[in-house]
Amino acid sequence: MAKGFFTDSTLCIGCKACEVACKQWNRLPADGYALSGNSYDNTGWLSGTTWRHVQFVEQFDAGQARWLMNSDVCKHCVQAACLEVCPTGAIIRTEFDTVYIQPDVCNGCRDCIAACPFGVIETNPDGIAQKCTLCYDRLQNGLEPACAKSCPTESIQFGEVDELVARAQARVQTLRASANPAYKSAYLYGVPGDGYTEEIGGLNAFHLLLDTPDKYGLPERPKLGSRATVPSQLGGVLTGALLALGAAISFRNRGARHDRDGGAATTTTTTTREV
Amino acid sequence: MPGLGTSYGRGGATTFLMDLQRTDCMVVMGSNFAENHPVGFRFVMKAQQQGAKLIHIDPRFTRTSALADLYAPIRAGSDIVFLGALINYVIQNERYFKDYVVNYTNAATLINPAYGSHNVDDDGFFTGFQPDAKPTPRYDTQSWQYQTEQGGVQQGNQPAQGTPETTTSSFSARVGQLLGGAPRTDPTLQDPNCVFQILKRHYSRYTPELVEEVCGTPRETFLEIARTLADNSGPERTAAFAYAVAWTQHTTGVQMIRTASILQLLLGNIGRPGGGILALRGHATIQGSTDVPTLYNILPGYLPIPTVQKNHETLGDYFAAETPPTGFFSNMPKYMVSLLKSWYGPAATRENDYAFDYLPRINGDHSHLPMFVDMYEGRIKGFMAMGQNPAVGGQNAGMQREALARLDWLVVKDLFLTETATFWKNAPEVQSGKLKTADIKTEVFFFPAAAVPEIDGSYTNTFRLVQWHDKAADPPEDARSDMHFTYHLGDRLKKLYANSTDPKDRALRDMTWDYLGDPEGHEFTIPDEPSAEKVMEEINGWKVGPDGKAALRPDGKIDLVNGFGDLRDDGSTACGVWIYSGIFTVREGQYVNAARNRKADEYASLGWGYAWPANRRALYNRASAKPDGTPWSERKKLVWWDAGAQRWTGYDVPDFIANKPPTARADWAKGGMDAHAGTDPFIMKADGKGWLFAPSGTVDGPLPAHYEPYESPMQNRVYKQHVNPITKIYTPKNAAGELANPYATDANPLKAAVVDTQKFPYVVTTYRLTEHHLSGAMSRWLPWLAELQPEMFIEMSPQLAKELNIANTEMVIVESPRGRIECKALVTPRLQPLRMGATIQHQVGMPIHWGYEGEVTGASANDLAALVADPNVSIHEGKAFVVNIRKKS
Repeated sequence: MAKGFFTDSTLCIGCKACEVACKQWNRLPADGYALSGNSYDNTGWLSGTTWRHVQFVEQFDAGQARWLMNSDVCKHCVQAACLEVCPTGAIIRTEFDTVYIQPDVCNGCRDCIAACPFGVIETNPDGIAQKCTLCYDRLQNGLEPACAKSCPTESIQFGEVDELVARAQARVQTLRASANPAYKSAYLYGVPGDGYTEEIGGLNAFHLLLDTPDKYGLPERPKLGSRATVPSQLGGVLTGALLALGAAISFRNRGARHDRDGGAATTTTTTTREV
Repeated sequence: MPGLGTSYGRGGATTFLMDLQRTDCMVVMGSNFAENHPVGFRFVMKAQQQGAKLIHIDPRFTRTSALADLYAPIRAGSDIVFLGALINYVIQNERYFKDYVVNYTNAATLINPAYGSHNVDDDGFFTGFQPDAKPTPRYDTQSWQYQTEQGGVQQGNQPAQGTPETTTSSFSARVGQLLGGAPRTDPTLQDPNCVFQILKRHYSRYTPELVEEVCGTPRETFLEIARTLADNSGPERTAAFAYAVAWTQHTTGVQMIRTASILQLLLGNIGRPGGGILALRGHATIQGSTDVPTLYNILPGYLPIPTVQKNHETLGDYFAAETPPTGFFSNMPKYMVSLLKSWYGPAATRENDYAFDYLPRINGDHSHLPMFVDMYEGRIKGFMAMGQNPAVGGQNAGMQREALARLDWLVVKDLFLTETATFWKNAPEVQSGKLKTADIKTEVFFFPAAAVPEIDGSYTNTFRLVQWHDKAADPPEDARSDMHFTYHLGDRLKKLYANSTDPKDRALRDMTWDYLGDPEGHEFTIPDEPSAEKVMEEINGWKVGPDGKAALRPDGKIDLVNGFGDLRDDGSTACGVWIYSGIFTVREGQYVNAARNRKADEYASLGWGYAWPANRRALYNRASAKPDGTPWSERKKLVWWDAGAQRWTGYDVPDFIANKPPTARADWAKGGMDAHAGTDPFIMKADGKGWLFAPSGTVDGPLPAHYEPYESPMQNRVYKQHVNPITKIYTPKNAAGELANPYATDANPLKAAVVDTQKFPYVVTTYRLTEHHLSGAMSRWLPWLAELQPEMFIEMSPQLAKELNIANTEMVIVESPRGRIECKALVTPRLQPLRMGATIQHQVGMPIHWGYEGEVTGASANDLAALVADPNVSIHEGKAFVVNIRKKS
């Protein structure tokens, strides 16, 4: 059964616990320290070292006062362009129907980065393509992904995709029926029949949103990449042999480290973002 | 928290987080609930999903506002006008819960006719104002007292001699002492001297128009909130309030909380499910550190500290002065004697007043601000900062850093080398050359601290819930727990004085100090770590054996008491913190540390942790039933009288004498709890009533009145008196005799200079962000948090930015009378200029998290804040002062 995320943006309070939990569990480095000036968003976008990213959209015009928040993540597309284009077979579909980049197989060619319609993937400081693994190692041990575990308001829900879709659809009905006019526009992005993501067969990590997709940096009609040289089924065949190695590598300490006594805190792999 | 304590009896949240899911209307004011208490906020969101309305009233549109059904902007520091107007709305439109108000509050009580002889509306002073009192003005409270049934007037609490007041934090001050006959009442609420009529008159000038003019909140928005709140209160529905330090950090902070407390009583929302006032606490166990106090002016469990300002010569004198004859706190001597037995063991005997003389008597206000004034002026030689970073977190922080430079020695115990630990080389004053490292004689000792996962212990959370945590790993290298440090410091001091014959050293020599853990069978490697559970046993209390030490059970273990009901004033029991008693007991032969309990359910979760007192979750919950003991409504059932079993029962532990029937009559002459009827839910209060009007407990008035923040660009439009007339103003002078704050020219608010708001025209409020914790000592060193909010900023509206020609993320200079800082501008429409009548007022906001050490550094907002404080609790006014802003060219 497919596992995925239902991210309900109406329940997001922008606390970024998901970003921190993700970086902590996956030992990802901080990306640099610069005030973006873009609301409370200082991590900017999903990347090879930021796998959960909370968006902040300030809408204060025409008598409206609204601050939208949404925790973005890899969509784990039903038909994943990244997986289709990967020439080395590094990107696989796991037994959880998630899309996983095996770090030891990736050669850093960046084809997947170009193919992803959501701009989710980037290379990490080691030069290999990385993105959300849906906490593959945690799933293998019966644990839910770190972001969902840490979310205090159940904005991020993890589970069987079919169940999540049913729950999300009920939630949309409730919101639309509520007295709050702000919720009349609630809809799902990434479920079958949503009018947006048919071409890629929907998303295993989908969102409940209030404004049009572009306001959240999401494409109106995400498309499959043009290079579909490796059928996804083939990728799956390669999976088994490489799983153990991939999981082991994901535990490598790429994360932040500090010197407890000195105050001379350092980060091993800090990159400064261009803003 | 005298705001809540004076109104209801206890200075803690009246409700519990999980109860918020039962509310119909959640008002968040003076707090940024979603950002600073995100885990608790889930219960608000649950309520919202069931149809409850969330209202947020705040100077800034925050992440809480983003989730709110209704957001109202307000000028920082004008909260009493807004809340006072809600009171007025509720009274004028008869939306108050009459049966609740008549039976459960002091609305019907008659006040000294002398109170009416002077109308506060004339000038902004209550009766009894003594403008010429030395050293600063104060109130004589006799005219605020209750009339008695015999036709006289009661005597209030014994007043402390001299100012400033230092004793308002104890239960004795909060619950009131009603001396001289039962209070006289008029249940028809018609007598002009009854509290209800006084309240009605007092708030009649707090109108929606005034709200618009003074708060800058649109009249229609205010009225919509008033209607929503009233519509969601009554027998079938309840509304809850949540606040945090954005109410406390004002020169009128206690009275802001009082105003909300009065409003919630009028609406009948206290002690009922989905109602109450939740005081959101900003640290993990800040509730715990007032319960088991780190405060200078109370003893554990809010027992009053002996002071030279009152007759506390002997234990008998102290009891005479501090024991209320009526209400639950009439039991106070049992708790005090048990505390002395806990501290001094066999050395505390009936003959020596249980070593009462070992306790020091305080002689004035020694809270944080005056302590730093003393330090700045060279009167303090040594200082220990544990879990505190005043170089960033202190008000007028530049002055506080200079104060540190005048110490002989400083101990800093923290996770990292905080700004307080390195002020002598990296402070802005050193960078600028104002201080030279070579001239600073302070010897600084740094002790690395263990982090929470590295120690056993407990948290007391925002709603008095104590939760235990077990150590998961040893701390690295030399890092040790605070308990380790404190225990071994005490142990060494005891050894140092072991042979002293000087009587003044007896307190140290006789102090019980037996906390070392059992080194056997320990999976961790620090052999001399004290046992947190031993401390918890002492907090709970035990029976005293013939040798004056803890009595032992046949199995050799300590004979623990089962709760504060077991405590005695004859020396036969010892107890470290009476309100926690019952937390660690023997049940069916097994030792049970109830703080370890982890049995949750969908609601009250009585099997999860332990809430003081006696595991009650919603305080005053007898008020959830009608006077006859049946629930006000099926929908809002919580606690009720079971006539068959002749006991109170319900979903919570009843906060009432368990078998006292609703029909029980009050017998004032018998005193104690007999002075309360079976219909009096506020068991701590001397009269068992919720106090709309406070004859004692607050030093700056029996009713809240609006005064402007000490620094405000606006004249007070409610009264002639501009600021709280008994505000505490601190006037530190440096060695050259120069004032640290040029406007703090006099400690007397009637005489002190007024800040020039032409020079400093913008209202600023300071606050926290989700991404950081307080002075940043627990967050700025962590890259994962640092990257989320990497730089200090000042939030301002696009309109103000345009006026000042400042672009987003440009560097600006922010100045107050105390100093100047540089930071980036964060231009956002979430801040909007306020329209107040004909005036436009700009407000800006600054987070408080940055300093000069850590993974990310930046200027400290507190460098700009003023050393002025609430007269009840000496809490600074960090939430409203004035600044100027200009572009850094």
